[in-house]
Amino acid sequence: MAYSVPRMEGDEDHEFGEQEAGWPMWEVFIRQRRGMSHVHAGSLHAADAETAVQNARDVYTRRQEGVSIWVVRSSEVTAFDPEDAADYIDANEKPYRHATFYEIPEEVGHM
Amino acid sequence: MTLLTTQSAEERFQRIIDADDKIESADWMPEGYRKTLIRQIAQHAHSEVIGMQPEGNWISRAPSLKRKAILMAKVQDEAGHGLYLYSAAETLGVTRDEMTELLHTGRQKYSSIFNYPTLSWADMGAIGWLVDGAAITNQVMLTRCSYGPYSRAMVRICKEESFHQRQGYEIMLVLSNGTGEQKAMAQDALDRWWWPSLMMFGPNDSDSTHSEQSMAWKIKRVSNDDLRQQFVDMTVPQADYLGLTIPDPDLRWDKERNHYDFGDIDWDEFWAVVKGNGPMNRERIENKVGAWDDNAWVRDAALAHAARNR
Repeated sequence: MAYSVPRMEGDEDHEFGEQEAGWPMWEVFIRQRRGMSHVHAGSLHAADAETAVQNARDVYTRRQEGVSIWVVRSSEVTAFDPEDAADYIDANEKPYRHATFYEIPEEVGHM
Repeated sequence: MTLLTTQSAEERFQRIIDADDKIESADWMPEGYRKTLIRQIAQHAHSEVIGMQPEGNWISRAPSLKRKAILMAKVQDEAGHGLYLYSAAETLGVTRDEMTELLHTGRQKYSSIFNYPTLSWADMGAIGWLVDGAAITNQVMLTRCSYGPYSRAMVRICKEESFHQRQGYEIMLVLSNGTGEQKAMAQDALDRWWWPSLMMFGPNDSDSTHSEQSMAWKIKRVSNDDLRQQFVDMTVPQADYLGLTIPDPDLRWDKERNHYDFGDIDWDEFWAVVKGNGPMNRERIENKVGAWDDNAWVRDAALAHAARNR
């Protein structure tokens, strides 16, 4: 598969992304240390989940960068449209959700 | 696929660039930005992969078990670097197979430095010290690239390149302090790799076709000539410490500029190698295509195995 990329009218026809890769693509997530979440590290290609994990170990953790690996088929990821971010995330429409919205007298101390 | 309005998308892109923020794969970007990145990241990835050949050439002949193990780890890193970069390029909508085919058919390039032969063991030292040193200078700059996936791949790569450069310099150090013959071998490697290493930074700023737009888009943050100067200033004292002579009669410290002056690069040689007439161009691609074709059965068998177990 190829990642779908945002287009708009007037963009030239895309010359890439047509030719299918032989092995499917997998997203790789690494837990760096105990106590931390798995974090996205990149992608790779592998025939199945088992070899994807083995490849991920060789590609992304040659120097003890991780204690645990997840792989997810890239085609199974559903992503948020970044255009929505402009409307919903960038707009700080509920500032009262933040602790700093509230003024507490200094005498009260740290809260 | 979302259709966006031209104006709002362009404004948003420019706002992110101006704020020194990162563009991510799901953001709309101008076609030129996307194409430039695909060309550059793919070329970078191909360079890592083709770069395995000149060093792989010496694995079986490394002078000790220790050196052999180190060289194998280094070549494995080059494969890893290629994969980080292919992964970054794929976020732009190009597939791995497309990049492979473009390399195999000569429509995408790799760094010309790998079209020079590795003639002696000292070349393993010179490549780590000079070629990886030049690559690091460029890659440290690219960690600040405006495209997030490329920038992140560079951070990962830079951490590992430091091992490459240090192991190369250490090889040079051992040879330079060895017998007269060993020291001559080190000098010969420096003589052959110095100028091609300076060429790695690309044409002079005045002749560089892609530079200006790449700087405006913050893909590139420092000019070719400035990076080259940085590399020369860093490397000359290292050569002095080895007691080796850099093969440039015009090389001297310029007190006014606070930099080393150096001689003119033979750009005719550079373009000849870029256009395919270097000593190793044909062999490098033949090996790469051969490995791809000879191992097609492995790729097919793995898919068949996966399909059967599904």
